[in-house]
Amino acid sequence: MASKEASRTPAWSRLEPEGRSPPQNTYSVLLPTYNERENLPLIVWLLVKSFSESGFNYEIIIIDDGSPDGTRDVAEQLEKIYGSDKILLRPREKKLGLGTAYIHGMKHATGNYIIIMDADLSHHPKFIPEFIRKQKEGNFDIVSGTRYKGNGGVYGWDLKRKIISRGANFITQILLRPGASDLTGSFRLYKKEVLQKLIEKCVSKGYVFQMEMIVRARQLNYTIGEVPISFVDRVYGESKLGGNEIVSFLKGLLTLFATT
Amino acid sequence: MTKLAQWLWGLALLGSAWAALNVGALGLELPAPCRDVLWPLPAYLLVAAGCYALGTVGYRVATFHDCEDAARELQNQIQEARADLSRRGLRF
Ligand SMILES: Nc1nc2c(ncn2[C@@H]2O[C@H](COP(=O)(O)OP(=O)(O)OP(=O)(O)O)[C@@H](O)[C@H]2O)c(=O)[nH]1
Ligand SMILES: [Mg+2]
Repeated sequence: MASKEASRTPAWSRLEPEGRSPPQNTYSVLLPTYNERENLPLIVWLLVKSFSESGFNYEIIIIDDGSPDGTRDVAEQLEKIYGSDKILLRPREKKLGLGTAYIHGMKHATGNYIIIMDADLSHHPKFIPEFIRKQKEGNFDIVSGTRYKGNGGVYGWDLKRKIISRGANFITQILLRPGASDLTGSFRLYKKEVLQKLIEKCVSKGYVFQMEMIVRARQLNYTIGEVPISFVDRVYGESKLGGNEIVSFLKGLLTLFATT
Repeated sequence: MTKLAQWLWGLALLGSAWAALNVGALGLELPAPCRDVLWPLPAYLLVAAGCYALGTVGYRVATFHDCEDAARELQNQIQEARADLSRRGLRF
């Protein structure tokens, strides 16, 4: 039917802008989970709510690393509730780390934009429409959420954690001049091909990975837009990053300082 | 050039300029009062940089937004989400 339509349309009218609307963007949200049984249904609900209200095309890709708490079971229930076109389960057998979880998820993403966020409710889906608007505004390659600018902020942090966070950020800004204010946050939107290129280039693991992504992005002359976000400390479940967080941060920072 | 190399270059440049002026190399003879100021200048700069760092970090810690509203909103939405999901048959 569509081809019939097209053949009847005179050639000149096909040149008109309304004759051919641009292909619709699709946003693939990558949700890596490890023991997020309580958080996963809530974050998915909030994602669905945000996307239905804003009307953008989306899919949610859940990458569970064999969580012993039964996250996978909840994910399967969510798949049934919301449909397997919206919720895609791409589990792995065992805990293989965040970086490879993103690579694994991206292989299965059909969208032309990828949104990366934590599943622990620290990152609120209500900011996603703002990310998308920001991206369109400057055709940015990356849009990064930032806790350190404008109305951005945190909830549930004591003074010590604030000092460490601000101090680490200050040192990072001085040493790396990365062109983005929040390097350790992981709430970001990428053009798919940009994320692919960046992941290929990045060598570090875990926490430092987020930082390296932005540093490499600057090296490759990708443009970065920023959106202030509120970061609410996780309510359920426990942090997967242990006590040597500061040590590994410093190691990573110095490595990037000396190699990029 | 890596960031480390940039820093080393910058420091080397400033350092050699400072040393040259101090010893009066290359015929750069400074009047005595100037040299008295120049000699401890790196120490002053270091202290100033330290104060700037502490001041900036302190100010940013003090003005770090506490997102009380966001936390409250999230709590309400969690209740809403739980109710809605239970209705749709999710077993938590
Ligand atoms: N698939 C997968 N997901 C992971 C792994 N480690 C962490 N995650 C998920 O990645 C996200 C971020 O991990 P968090 O433990 O919240 O790390 P964080 O945000 O730095 O620390 P807290 O929020 O303080 O707990 C969460 O959604 C985790 O469930 C992993 O090895 N595999
Ligand atoms: Mg978290």
